[in-house]
Amino acid sequence: MAHEATHDHHDHHGAPSGFFQRWVMSTNHKDIGTLYLIFSLTMFFIGGAFAMVIRAELFKPGMQLVQPYFFNEMTTMHALVMIFGAIMPSFVGLANWMIPLMVGAPDMALPRMNNLSFWIMPFAFILLLSTLFMPGGGPAGGWTMYPPLSLQGESIAYTIFAIHLMGISSIMGAINIIATILNMRAPGMDLLKMPVFVWSWLITAFLLIAVMPVLAGAVTMLLTDKYFHTNFFNAAGGGDPVLFQHIFWFFGHPEVYIMILPAFGIISEIIPTFARKPIFGYRAMVFAIASIAFLSFIVWAHHMFAVGLPMGAEIFFMYATMLIAVPTGVKVFNWVSTMWGGSMTFETPMLFSIAFVILFTIGGFSGLMLALAPADFQYHDTYFVVAHFHYVLVTGAAFSIMAAAYYWLPKWSGHMYSETWGKIHFWSSVISVNVLFFPQHFLGLAGMPRRIPDYNVAFANFNMISSIGGFWFGASQLIFLGVVIHCVFFSKKKAADRSWEGAKGLEWTVPSPAPFHTFDVPPVIHDDELAHGNTEH
Amino acid sequence: MTSGGIGRSVSTWAAGAAALLGGTAAWANPVPNQLNMTKGVSEWSPYAMHMVALWVCVVIGVVVFGAMFIAMFRFRKSRGAVAEKWSHSTKLEIVWTVVPVIILIFLAHLATGGLTTFADTTGSEMTIKVTGYQWKWRYDYVDYKGKGVNQVGFMSKLEETSDRTRQLRSNLDPEKIQVDGYPTYLLDVDKPLVVPVGVKIRFIIVGGDVIHSWWVPALGWKMDAIPGIANSAWTKIKEPGVYRGQCAELCGQDHGFMPIVVKAVPRAEFEQWLASQEDAAKVEKAAQTAQAAPAPAPQG
Ligand code: HEM
Ligand SMILES: [Cu+2]
Ligand SMILES: [Cu+2]
Repeated sequence: MAHEATHDHHDHHGAPSGFFQRWVMSTNHKDIGTLYLIFSLTMFFIGGAFAMVIRAELFKPGMQLVQPYFFNEMTTMHALVMIFGAIMPSFVGLANWMIPLMVGAPDMALPRMNNLSFWIMPFAFILLLSTLFMPGGGPAGGWTMYPPLSLQGESIAYTIFAIHLMGISSIMGAINIIATILNMRAPGMDLLKMPVFVWSWLITAFLLIAVMPVLAGAVTMLLTDKYFHTNFFNAAGGGDPVLFQHIFWFFGHPEVYIMILPAFGIISEIIPTFARKPIFGYRAMVFAIASIAFLSFIVWAHHMFAVGLPMGAEIFFMYATMLIAVPTGVKVFNWVSTMWGGSMTFETPMLFSIAFVILFTIGGFSGLMLALAPADFQYHDTYFVVAHFHYVLVTGAAFSIMAAAYYWLPKWSGHMYSETWGKIHFWSSVISVNVLFFPQHFLGLAGMPRRIPDYNVAFANFNMISSIGGFWFGASQLIFLGVVIHCVFFSKKKAADRSWEGAKGLEWTVPSPAPFHTFDVPPVIHDDELAHGNTEH
Repeated sequence: MTSGGIGRSVSTWAAGAAALLGGTAAWANPVPNQLNMTKGVSEWSPYAMHMVALWVCVVIGVVVFGAMFIAMFRFRKSRGAVAEKWSHSTKLEIVWTVVPVIILIFLAHLATGGLTTFADTTGSEMTIKVTGYQWKWRYDYVDYKGKGVNQVGFMSKLEETSDRTRQLRSNLDPEKIQVDGYPTYLLDVDKPLVVPVGVKIRFIIVGGDVIHSWWVPALGWKMDAIPGIANSAWTKIKEPGVYRGQCAELCGQDHGFMPIVVKAVPRAEFEQWLASQEDAAKVEKAAQTAQAAPAPAPQG
C-alpha cells in the first residue's frame, strides 16, 4: 500500500496558497481538522482561565476577588466552554483528520458541510462569550440551566442562540462522520476491521444526532417561557420545573458519553501500538461501546435522585445506571489484558493512555457510588460529584485528547515532538491533576456543596491544596502548547511514515506529514497491516 | 488570614483522622481535614452503604491497578519482553462480566433496602414545612403529635457576623466566627429550626421562587425545594445537638450564603419551646388585630 496511491490525478494539486482560500474556504478534511483542533485548544485555555478565577477565589475562606454573581458566571461559562468548546470540537477535529485516513477515504463525505460545521463554531462562542461584557453579565445559572433560576438571567437569549448554533454544528459534523464511515471505506475495510476509534465515533455520531435536538427543544422552551409567555416550566402557570430537568438530562447523560466514547476509541488504538500486541477482545470492545451508548439513554434521572422522584423511578434509574459499570468494566479489563504479555515502551502517548485507564477508572468508581440512590442523597451537588466528573472528563476525555495529539502529531506535522518535554508535560499534569481533584472527594464527603464561592473554615485546607493543584495543572498546559508549537514549526527531527514501531493501520501507510490529498485511489488492504485486521473472534 | 495554614492544622488533621478511624466522636458537622462522610445522627443513614461501596471499589481498584502495574513491570520492552500474539479468551471474558454483575446485585440489594426505608414517611408524629427562598429558609410547624400547631413559623437566614465577613474584601477573619469553639462561618443562622429528638419528623419541602435544596449532612439526605412541588422526607434524630447544613442547589448569587441549622433538643424541652412560640404568636396576633381595628377615640 503505497505512496503512489496518495498522488492525486485531479486538477487540485496541493493546498491553495492564499490564507483566506486555504483556511476559510477549506473543504479539506485535514485542514478542517486542524482548524477544529486549534479552535478547541484556544477554548481549552479560555475555559481554563475561568477555572483559574474559580480556584483563586476558593483559595481561602472569605471573598477576596470576585462578587458571588460573577463567580456563578465563571462556573457556568467554564463548563459550557469546556464541554462545547474544548472537548467536543477536539474530538470532531480528530475525527476529521483521522477517520478518512483510517478507513482509506479521500476526504469526508460532505466536504462543504464540513466547512460550515466548523465555521459556525467561532461565531457561536463569540456570541456566548460576548455576554460577559454586557450589562447584566453572562449566564450564571449553571451549565445545566435549570429554570426558574436560569430565566432570571438577562443573557439567556444569547446563550440559547449560541447553543442552537453549537447543536447545528454538532449534528452536521455527526451526519458527515456517519456518511463517511458508512460510504467511503476502501474496499476490504469491513466494518469489523475498522479501528476502534472509527467505531467509537460512528456510535457517538448517532448519539449526537439523537440528543442534540432534544437539547435544542429544551432551551427553546426556556426561550419561549422567558419571552413569549409560555409556561412549560413555570409552576404558577401550570408548568413543571422538573420537566426541564428530565429533558435536559435525556440529552445530558448521552452527552457525557459523547465526550468519552471517542476517548475509549483513542485509547484502544494507542495501547496496542505501544504494547506491540493486538487489542484484547476487539469485538467485545465494540460491543461494549454500543451497549454503553444504548444504556446511556435510560439512566438520565440519576442526576435527579434528589428532586423527589417516585420510589419506583429511583429504583429503575439506579439499576440501569449500575448496569453501565459492566460494559465499562469490560473495557478496562480488556485494556489491561492488552498490556499483559506485551512488549511495552512508554512514550508520551502511552503514558497518557495508562494514566487514562487508571484515573478514568477512579472516576468510574465514584460514578458507581453515585449510582446508589440513597448514598447520592448525600453526594449529590457536592464536591464529590465535582471530583467524579473531573476524573472522567479531565483525566478521561482531556487526557485521551492529549494522548491522541502526541500520537498523531508526527503524522500531522511530519516532525517528532520533543519526547523529553512531552514527558515533563505528562508528569507535571498527572501529579497536579490529582492534587487538584482528589481532595475534592474529601470536601464533598465532609459536606461542601458545589457551586459556592465561599465556605466554612473547616474546608480550608483541602481547598487550598486543590487550588495549588489547579494553578499547577493550568501552568502545565502551557508546556503542552510549547511542545506542539515546537513540534510543528521548529522540530528538526523528521517523522517516519510509520512513526511508532508498533503502529498499525492505514494512517501509517501514507507519508508524514500526510499530504494534502490522500487515498484518491482506494488503497489495497492487507489485513495484517491493519490494527484490527485479524479479529476472528 | 484564615486559610488555616497547612502547617498549623496538623493537629486538627490528627483530630479529623481520629474521628474518621475511631468514629466514636459525634462528628456531625464538618471538621477541618475531614475525609469521610458523617455517620449522621438520624435513624436513617446511608453511611454504611457508602462504606460498603467504597470498600468494594477499593478492592476492585487494588486488583485491577495491581495487575496493571505488574504488567507494566514485567512486560517492558527494555526488560526484553517479547509480545505475545493472543488477543482473546472467552473464559476470562465471561468471568469479568459475571463477577461484576454479582457484586452489583449485592450493592443494588443494599441500596433498594435503603431507598425503601427512606421513602416511608408513615408513622411520623410531627410535620414541618420547609420553604426555600432567595436566600433564606422559612420553617412552619404544621402539626405535632396529631394536633395542629398554631401559627409557629419563621424565617431563618445567615447570621450577621458571617454576613458582614463574607462581603467582598471585608478584611474580617472568618476564623474568628465560632460557637463553642466550633468554626461556624457561613454555617450559622439567626434563628435555628428547633426539633425534638426521638420523634419521627416529616418534612414537606417546597420552593418559593427558584429551586433550592435542603441539606443537613447529619440527617443523611438532601431534598430539592421546587416551586409547585411538595416533596417529603423524614428524620428521627437520636441525639440532642446542633446540626448544620447548607442549600445544595444553585439558586442565584447568594446560594452559598443560606445555611441551615437544626437544633435537636429533648422532647420536654421542645414541647416547652413550642408552647412558648405558640403563645408569642397569639400575643402578636392580638396586637396586630388591635392595631388593625378602628383606632379608639384619642385619650385626651
Ligand atoms: C461508570 C460510569 C458512570 C456512572 C455510574 C456515573 C454516574 C453518575 C451519577 C449518578 C451522577 C450524578 C451525581 C449527582 O449529581 O449526584 C453523575 C454525574 C456526572 N457524571 Fe457520571 N457516571 C459515569 C461515568 C461518567 C462519564 C464517562 C462522564 C463523562 C465523561 C461522566 C460525567 C458526569 C458529569 C459531567 C456529571 C455531573 C453533571 C452535573 O451535575 O453538572 N460520568 N455521574
Ligand atoms: Cu449521567
Ligand atoms: Cu441554593
